Amino acid sequence: MNGPHDLGGQHGLGPVTPETNEPYFHAEWEKRALGLTLSCGAFGAWTIDESRHARESLPPAIYLSASYYEIWTRALEILLKRHGFLTQDELDAGHMLEKGAEPKRVLTAEMVAGVLAKGGPCDRPVATPPRFVVGERVRTKNFNPETHTRLPRYARAKTGVVEAVQGSFVFPDDNAHGKGENPQWVYTVVFDGGEIWGEGADPTLTISIDAWEGYLERA
Amino acid sequence: MSERHHGHDHDHHHHDNHFTDMEARVKALETVLTEKGLIDPAAIDAIVETYETKVGPRNGARVVAKAWSDLEFAEWLKHDATAAIASLGFTGRQGEHMRAVFNTPDTHNLVVCTLCSCYPWAVLGLPPVWYKAPPYRSRAVIDPRGVLAEFGLELSAEKKIRVWDSTAELRYLVVPERPDGTEGFSEEQLANLVTRDSMIGTGLALSPEAAR
Repeated sequence: MNGPHDLGGQHGLGPVTPETNEPYFHAEWEKRALGLTLSCGAFGAWTIDESRHARESLPPAIYLSASYYEIWTRALEILLKRHGFLTQDELDAGHMLEKGAEPKRVLTAEMVAGVLAKGGPCDRPVATPPRFVVGERVRTKNFNPETHTRLPRYARAKTGVVEAVQGSFVFPDDNAHGKGENPQWVYTVVFDGGEIWGEGADPTLTISIDAWEGYLERA
Repeated sequence: MSERHHGHDHDHHHHDNHFTDMEARVKALETVLTEKGLIDPAAIDAIVETYETKVGPRNGARVVAKAWSDLEFAEWLKHDATAAIASLGFTGRQGEHMRAVFNTPDTHNLVVCTLCSCYPWAVLGLPPVWYKAPPYRSRAVIDPRGVLAEFGLELSAEKKIRVWDSTAELRYLVVPERPDGTEGFSEEQLANLVTRDSMIGTGLALSPEAAR
């Protein structure tokens, strides 16, 4: 979707402001927001792709002015309501009012170390060989789906070169919407700065994206 | 009270109110989930403790220091970063599919996630606020030199810049160039020169003088 999250190349968002010796958290609630997001992810009710899509679907004015933990919190509320774990009435009341959906698992303190160390690999085998080879010129698709995609707007309809075949991975454009994992080959594709930005581009710049096979065609 | 001072106060209150709002919002969420038996508050404590004390940029610094010291490890890191990094005990969430990219005298690498906040947690821990915020995500791909200048880093005009936009599930670790004057340094001494920013590409490794 052409949402507020797709930021590459936008102007007017201000300078980067690094903070010296930045703490991991700037408030106690940020710690809880991180822990809640990971704990609820462990329910097994939604995928990382669905949660990314929930975040990028927030209203642009909210997305662009919120801190990242606020974005996570707002998206988490949406996911929990969507999957029947709680209701808006309960959030308003600040208390449980009714029984909701049952998760596949509840993350306990004892499980945390194991779950975090294991992570969630999303490489999957595919039956067909990769369609493109290293060194091949490819053109990215021109499309504007209203649904989730990981092909940023700045890199659509651009010609680049396959630098690496990275393996085959869950296809987020489908997986975010419950259409299955449908894995595809993923390629690192490199573009000249001039191909992406045109006039006035930094001549020393190259940019790469990691692109699913369905985003690419032969140039 | 000057207009400006007043304005500042107003901003400050707005900021405080906003944080108070979020505090209440997150508290309500945690309370409802706890009452429903859906979460274990102690699990949240354990998650926070993991990322405050165990998983952070010192992990990545050890990977880089070993790559500087051990050519064989550097080759392994180049060809199978996930396995090479796992051999040092660093695995797990947002480090499942690692790639290491090496700075050279010709090319400087810079990592960004324009679409969200993808970051190699297993080696760098939780990302800093600026990495997740719109200014960095919008400008790293179009004006990397301008961004680097805001970190106090001026690269020579001829230096090539390669920006890696983490659009899929690969997570990138930049291996900065080894600083001069570090011959004979132990891995531990070398690791002290490796900053978090140098492993994102928004900085360089420290010189031995700067690290003192």
